Amino acid sequence: MKHAKTATQNACKLCNPLGACLAFRGIESCVPFLHGSQGCATYIRRYLISHYKEPIDIASSNFHEETAVFGGSYNLKIGLKNVSDQYKPQVIGVATTCLSETIGDDVPGILREYKKEFKNGTPMPILIHASTPSYQGSHIDGFHAAVRATVKTLAEKGEEQSLINLFPNMVSPADLRYLKEIFADFKAPLMLLPDYSQTMDGGPWGEYHRIPPGGTPASAIVSAGSASASIEFGSTLEASKSAAGYLEETFNVPRYHLCLPIGIKESDKFFSLLETLTGKARPEKYEDERRRLIDAYADGHKYVFEKKVILYGEEDLVVAMTAFLSEIGMTPLLCASGGKSGLLKKRIMELIPNMEELGIKVREGVDFVDIEDEAKVLKPDFLIGNSKGYTMSRKNDIPLLRLGFPIHDRFGGQRMHHLGYRGTQELFDRIVNTVIEQRQNASSIGYTYM
Amino acid sequence: MEQITILEGRQKQIFEKKNGVTQPDIACDTSSLSGSVSQRACVFCGSRVVLYPVADAIHLVHGPIGCAAYTWDIRGAVSSGPELHRLSFSTDLQEMDVIYGGEKKLYHSLIELIEQYKPKAAFIYSTCIVGLIGDDIEAVCKKVAKETGIPVLPVHSEGFKGTKKDGYKAACHALMKLIGTGSIDEISKYSINILGEFNLAGEAWIIRKYYEKMGIEVVSTLTGDGRIDAVRRAHGATLNVVQCSGSMTWLAKEMEEKYGIPYIRVSYFGIEDMSKSLYDVAKHFPDRPDIMDAAKQVVSEEVKTLYPSLQKFKKALTGKKAAIYVGGAFKTFSLIKALRSIGMSVVLAGSQTGNKDDYARLKEMCDEGTVIVDDSNPVELSKFILEKEADLLIGGVKERPIAFKLGIGFCDHNHERKIPLAGFIGMYNFALEVYQSVMSPVWQFAPRKGGTL
Repeated sequence: MKHAKTATQNACKLCNPLGACLAFRGIESCVPFLHGSQGCATYIRRYLISHYKEPIDIASSNFHEETAVFGGSYNLKIGLKNVSDQYKPQVIGVATTCLSETIGDDVPGILREYKKEFKNGTPMPILIHASTPSYQGSHIDGFHAAVRATVKTLAEKGEEQSLINLFPNMVSPADLRYLKEIFADFKAPLMLLPDYSQTMDGGPWGEYHRIPPGGTPASAIVSAGSASASIEFGSTLEASKSAAGYLEETFNVPRYHLCLPIGIKESDKFFSLLETLTGKARPEKYEDERRRLIDAYADGHKYVFEKKVILYGEEDLVVAMTAFLSEIGMTPLLCASGGKSGLLKKRIMELIPNMEELGIKVREGVDFVDIEDEAKVLKPDFLIGNSKGYTMSRKNDIPLLRLGFPIHDRFGGQRMHHLGYRGTQELFDRIVNTVIEQRQNASSIGYTYM
Repeated sequence: MEQITILEGRQKQIFEKKNGVTQPDIACDTSSLSGSVSQRACVFCGSRVVLYPVADAIHLVHGPIGCAAYTWDIRGAVSSGPELHRLSFSTDLQEMDVIYGGEKKLYHSLIELIEQYKPKAAFIYSTCIVGLIGDDIEAVCKKVAKETGIPVLPVHSEGFKGTKKDGYKAACHALMKLIGTGSIDEISKYSINILGEFNLAGEAWIIRKYYEKMGIEVVSTLTGDGRIDAVRRAHGATLNVVQCSGSMTWLAKEMEEKYGIPYIRVSYFGIEDMSKSLYDVAKHFPDRPDIMDAAKQVVSEEVKTLYPSLQKFKKALTGKKAAIYVGGAFKTFSLIKALRSIGMSVVLAGSQTGNKDDYARLKEMCDEGTVIVDDSNPVELSKFILEKEADLLIGGVKERPIAFKLGIGFCDHNHERKIPLAGFIGMYNFALEVYQSVMSPVWQFAPRKGGTL
């Protein structure tokens, strides 16, 4: 069957504004605000809710025909005023959409006017603007754009502090909590951005919160400019698009750029960097985690060796997972992403110089029908990626190990660890269990010890 | 507790029933207030909802990737055969397309997809920026239709050009182009179309079976388990039976005007309205008293088994309070009755898209003290849920976390549901779901029940 190539079928990416909304959600007392049609905000809310199971209010400037003709200035201002009145936020994170970008609204200019026109009355929130046209890049670009815009709006130069900025990339609330725990155990002051560990995975409410508690306070972000260093995860994230890149360029805060720490080698790099930056040895607890992980690798190695998988998702996650899989002897036959940084192959090759020899194929800008076509030929043992691979997993009877975002068809995606020794342990256990389950199901005997 | 106030621009869309006090009509049918976090979506969403279940057509979203990605396999609308509706197709417009136009990309996308999937028709949804960059969708559709020999129907669903309701209309407009193009030979005089039934979790099949038991021919279901050929023949039916009135009344009216087919409004939720929807159809065929007899037979058989099975739930739920916030107002009426039949009262009722008549009727139906809202938002919903001490919220995915955060039960009555809630069996499922959520012991830990924070 000839496959249609022009259209994107079953996309392996989401649009730019979604990432921005999630990132803004990681700032304390912040309401994400989409400058565009009502549908963008509603669809993105629904999509995020299905993963995080948390209320997520995203405001919209609610474009109408006349707005599209005469510009979105009026709607944006009224919207900001209404959000200020109803939510009383300290910060409003305004992200654009394809609509407002196409009509060419000067959002920074409108925000300046708003501050002048509405300075009396309601307390003025901090207004952040991220440019996130949906016709460029994917959700991960929106995420980074929002983080960079936040830092750009807030960070100031001050007396240098021992503070470390950490820009963790789009990771789970559980990962964020783990990162905070690590810094606390190192007794190292941390500015983590974004931090939606509580806003997107919090406890019950006794009363309604307009904005859920948690997130990085604006005051903490201000000091990002005087931090001693920035650590930024994400192999394909370039300095020119990143928050740490901006801080280095503007305030000479050194940028340490790492792969998402998944697997022992990449986690070691992260912990070594922390040791260097803090001048302290890693706490024993993490040595223990590492030792247990190495022990688990030994216990489970035979199940996973030379298992073939197809890996897909955001490029940075794919690179990090490739690093991890290669150290346990698994082969990602295909490393695929809907993203298109132009760097995916290069980064994987840096990690695994003999990738071509091993038969590792890298493809950017693909959709799930492309991946499915590859799967039919490559015949992997299983798929690793987000929930959206389920359709092809079911159709082709290839098991799917779920990780990352979104997890729409399993419980607890927001509490899943991926990073560091702890996250790697969790992933390794799940991978081994996937193999065991497959073997057990395929066995005619039905062994009760595997 | 912090006092939550209502935005000035929203006050006219909220109403509390107080007997003996004359109150103005609720304001509705307006566009959402900028910045108010409406639970509504956009024009595109309205069109997508209506046409989504047509299973042997391709649904191509012309625009950047988001609109298609967020609606991929989003609904519980099932098909007995082809499943093209569960795939997501997008022209995935990039910056260069926005500058130079997306017509070529649309054309090639269509030609290739039609070749690959061999659909019976194609629906092309315009999204926001298509309305701005000026692509001539009509021309591309005509060209592709001519080359491929299948209907290629533009759906003018630019997100900002109105509300969700305008999207319904754009979808109905596309359907009207198909209706009347198929053969209506051999269609019985005792026939209906089922409109506004989307076959969520197989609900259309349940309803269809009741009508068939009565000796009624169902020509076409619009659009649940939908097929292009069946849509083409819809003008051969004698009567249109319209559920989900918000989305399909326009189509029913058009069909009445063009083909002289009368329509009635029904609802399949709850014993009372479900039974009425069978009787009302039977009444339309007075020359055939056997149809009414068969309807009575269906109702009596179903109720005989259903009624006793509900008593356990009623006993447990009596005195509990519910809040309802759903898409269409017509569903709210049925839900109020259905909840009363299991002992529950309604303290908050509202919809995204109700009209003046809907709200007038709602006002009449509701108990003293009930709050009625149009196009509400999370802050308001939460305020009233807490103030009125609701035990249950009925809504969709976006409302669910509000209920669970505040520690109350929730019943998903939106298009994503996986359990049929329509029909007599649906009433059982509904009562069971409400019971399982409201009576769960987990709420003992919720702060509102005295749990610690």
